[in-house]
Amino acid sequence: MQPFSLGDALKILSEVKDAEPIAGGTNLMVDMRAGTHRPRVVVDVAALRDLHGIEVTDTEVIIGAATTIAEMLASPILAKHAPVLVSACSSFANPLIRNRATVGGNLVTAAPCSDTAPALLTLDAEVKLASVRGMRRVPLEKFLVSAFSTIRRSDELLVSVRFRIPSATATSAFRKMGLRKVSCMAKVDVAVMLDGDATGRCTSARIAIAAASPAAVRARAAEAALVGKMLIPEAIAAAASLTAKAATPRAGSEYKLRVVEALARRLLAEAALAIERGGSNA
Amino acid sequence: MPKKKTVLRVNGRQHELALDPNVSLLQALRDLGYTDVKNGCEIGECGACAVLLNGAAVNSCMVLAWQANGAEIVTNAGLGTLDRPHPIQEAFADAGAVQCGYCTPGMVISTKALLDRNPNPSEAEIREALSGNLCRCTGYAQIIEAVGVAARSLREAGEASRMGQRATDGSRSPSNSPGADQGVRRGGERR
Repeated sequence: MQPFSLGDALKILSEVKDAEPIAGGTNLMVDMRAGTHRPRVVVDVAALRDLHGIEVTDTEVIIGAATTIAEMLASPILAKHAPVLVSACSSFANPLIRNRATVGGNLVTAAPCSDTAPALLTLDAEVKLASVRGMRRVPLEKFLVSAFSTIRRSDELLVSVRFRIPSATATSAFRKMGLRKVSCMAKVDVAVMLDGDATGRCTSARIAIAAASPAAVRARAAEAALVGKMLIPEAIAAAASLTAKAATPRAGSEYKLRVVEALARRLLAEAALAIERGGSNA
Repeated sequence: MPKKKTVLRVNGRQHELALDPNVSLLQALRDLGYTDVKNGCEIGECGACAVLLNGAAVNSCMVLAWQANGAEIVTNAGLGTLDRPHPIQEAFADAGAVQCGYCTPGMVISTKALLDRNPNPSEAEIREALSGNLCRCTGYAQIIEAVGVAARSLREAGEASRMGQRATDGSRSPSNSPGADQGVRRGGERR
């Protein structure tokens, strides 16, 4: 079905049984073809104006759920305020997929190897869910429950993702480890965002990992261990080791613990160096 | 399931269709006879089914046909014909970038999307732009080379036309005017 407005779309989702939103189709088309997912009705939300565009206010950046990965990659707003997300988008699948896949679809699908999720987690992003019953805003960290599982109810539509503009001195880094340079699913994603004062002391740390646990997660213990410390190699190594403790890879993939630790150490070092050089949000 | 009325505008031609709602754009195009759109993997991995959808290169297997209702669709055959090949198609032939040919239409579409926004790409940019298109024959070297050749010939054609010499170089015009697909042989059934 092709609703003309957000209201129509929400009405269909609430009234029609087994209705599923579709935007870029890069996950749903594959699942439908494989027969693993058979919605009775698909609701095209890609064309809904309310779900498009990237806006910036004095304090926040708001991304419509149907914004494509390619649009985010080309966004001057994100380049300025969220290079970590742009970096995640640049490693996302390939250009043909990026022209269709949307940020909302990537989050709602909740694949463990989502590339946008870890970047958005370091931005402390929040998702907005709409239904005929109303709106609710949920931290992304709470939204992602487990592999392919979120707290979205079947009549709800993810309409936007928002995050506070990071401080001007904050720096960030993202790295994806996959089997190839492009067109691959992440084996491990790590994203970090650091902030520090003039003395080199860490004032804020956010670290997120994906593909190394059922859902993308923040490494809270590692973050807590960094805040208040000088960003020296010892502190970074300790935080990287705690980051690996947040990972719960599947049996047989224990190698990912070492990859998470190594990537976390490298990215934290990069972000710390960028702070030293005056916070260019690397 | 009731059929869905869908208007597909392909290479400047309009098709009014009644389609099952689960038909992909790839399937609809091939059923219409646009068999230059290749069915490779149908899971968005190979890029053989790439078309321009409102100017952006996408895998047509990932789009439901009715989602493309009213959109401007361009396939490889819409860019040029055997008699009047598009400079990209000419470059692919000249550079030996075609072996079995199955990936070629998708490669050409990704190249067109690249050169439309970046007329002078570096090799890294070419590799990046074609990274969603798999080729199992050539090893990619000739394809990358062909894109470079096409970029040069399109830039030269652009300069020539800016100097008012378009008439002398019509066959190399980079335009992709509607109706440019005339004369392309199309198999398959028309619905």
